[in-house]
Amino acid sequence: MSSVVAPTSIRTSAPNDVLAVEVKDLRKEFRRRDRKAGRFARRRMPALKGVSFTMQRGECVAILGQNGSGKSTLVRLLSTLLISDGGEARIFGHDAFRETRAVQRLVNRVSVEASFFKKMSASENLSYAARFYGMGPAQTRTEIPRILERVGFPADRRSESMENLSRGMQQKVALARALLTSPVLLLLDEPTTGLDPRSKLEVQEFIKEVRVEHDATILLCTHDMLEAESLADRVGLLDRGELLFLEPVDDVKRRYGVATLEEAFFAATGREFEAEGSEDDEIREVFG
Amino acid sequence: MTAVAATLRSELIGLGGIVERNIYLTKRYFLWDLAFMVWTIANTLTIVFIARAVHVSAAEENRLATSLLVGAVIWAFLGIIFEFVTETVAWERWEGTIEYTFMAPLSRSMHLFGMGAFAVLYGLIRATILFFVVAAFIGIHMPDANYLAAFALLAIASFSFIGIGMMTSVLPLISPEKGAQLGFVMQGMMLVVSGVYYPVSVMPQWMQEISKISPATYALRGDRAAIVHGAGLAWADVWPLLIIAVVAIPLGLAIFKRGERYAKQHGKLKRSG
Repeated sequence: MSSVVAPTSIRTSAPNDVLAVEVKDLRKEFRRRDRKAGRFARRRMPALKGVSFTMQRGECVAILGQNGSGKSTLVRLLSTLLISDGGEARIFGHDAFRETRAVQRLVNRVSVEASFFKKMSASENLSYAARFYGMGPAQTRTEIPRILERVGFPADRRSESMENLSRGMQQKVALARALLTSPVLLLLDEPTTGLDPRSKLEVQEFIKEVRVEHDATILLCTHDMLEAESLADRVGLLDRGELLFLEPVDDVKRRYGVATLEEAFFAATGREFEAEGSEDDEIREVFG
Repeated sequence: MTAVAATLRSELIGLGGIVERNIYLTKRYFLWDLAFMVWTIANTLTIVFIARAVHVSAAEENRLATSLLVGAVIWAFLGIIFEFVTETVAWERWEGTIEYTFMAPLSRSMHLFGMGAFAVLYGLIRATILFFVVAAFIGIHMPDANYLAAFALLAIASFSFIGIGMMTSVLPLISPEKGAQLGFVMQGMMLVVSGVYYPVSVMPQWMQEISKISPATYALRGDRAAIVHGAGLAWADVWPLLIIAVVAIPLGLAIFKRGERYAKQHGKLKRSG
């Protein structure tokens, strides 16, 4: 099996002696229409309430949380798509809100929605994404087939429109898009939500391989507790914008004296864990 | 390669990527574009036929038809630029790719210039086809036309149009539902004060004053002179276009960046439909 490590010419460099991710007291809130209070009234909806954590280079951390817990907001803040209301976020020492260009070179993301130009093919979509990272046609001509083969995408479907591909296939292309730019920090925001069991396993296996073969730090946001347990070194619980814990799974179970993460969630919050749909549904409502 | 040269190379590749993406999409939506082209031709014909209804000499009728045709073609050209630059942001929001585009290490100026460059290229091709198809259909004679001067002036005016397009392209970020339509409002406002189908002198004085800051005024005046009278590039039309471009492009970039910051503060980049 070939390696997913990209050619040296396009690999981004990140210092070894700094934390991969350093988040301190990170806060974010959105305003939502409040019709009960008046036609133009808005009320504040806190999405993150002073979240702090760090990640070492090469580490895989899973953040668990229900819909609306703030997982996607965290990912968007770290990928420079949102501006915080307070606190700090550093990616390999770079301020995520002031040194955005440096951060953007180090980070890529796979979200729950495999967003592509539906009429364009997998190769064309990857080519478009790669250009933004300075990869010219000579590089993508060889790299795109290689990375698509690596994620198990059939060679004979590379030129097919994305709209004709299954959800699982699209998510593989999304993974390929993220890896094509050789990120040193990979943000996975519910990458397996909505996939059939087989595709889900394939994507999870691929994430494991990426960890082993690729010099990447992974932040995985999910509401799948088994996925978190099988992929991550440490597991955190984000609940209503607060990070309740972030430690190895065994330590979590020991701390609460429970056998499963689901029981740990109940012990930590006093509520049942209901993993339904995507957090984006909740965010959409908040943004409305 | 020095760091500056490497960055510049990377930025130019990114700009090329935008153009390349639009070429892919234009190929995929070719039949739709063809249908839209038919609509544009029909729309232009409804305007140019007005000249046939006016009881004047044949020469005057031909001059009037040419003048209306120039106005309609520039309206269509400006429409394509505004549509591409504004719709590109709206389209990316709809497809959900906008977050990937905005988290990529490409400067916003290159991103917007890439959109503008393709819009101008595509707009010039379509405007040229539109011009000659309608002229042939109506049977307009343009023996003195200076096409080179008309084309050059339109190319110069494009820089100003791109700058103004940048200002309107931010609208879908601020108002995801209706922002794109506001781009067309801007297009209409600009053309109404620029003398799209009539001389600027027929408008009220206050509108004539506003027409001086519209690049379309100089594009329309210069192109009419080139097509109807065979005039060359007039410096009186070129320098205002250059000045407007020098002001409009940085202003457009600044407004877009402000809008982007607003969108990032309020979570408006997220796909909503």
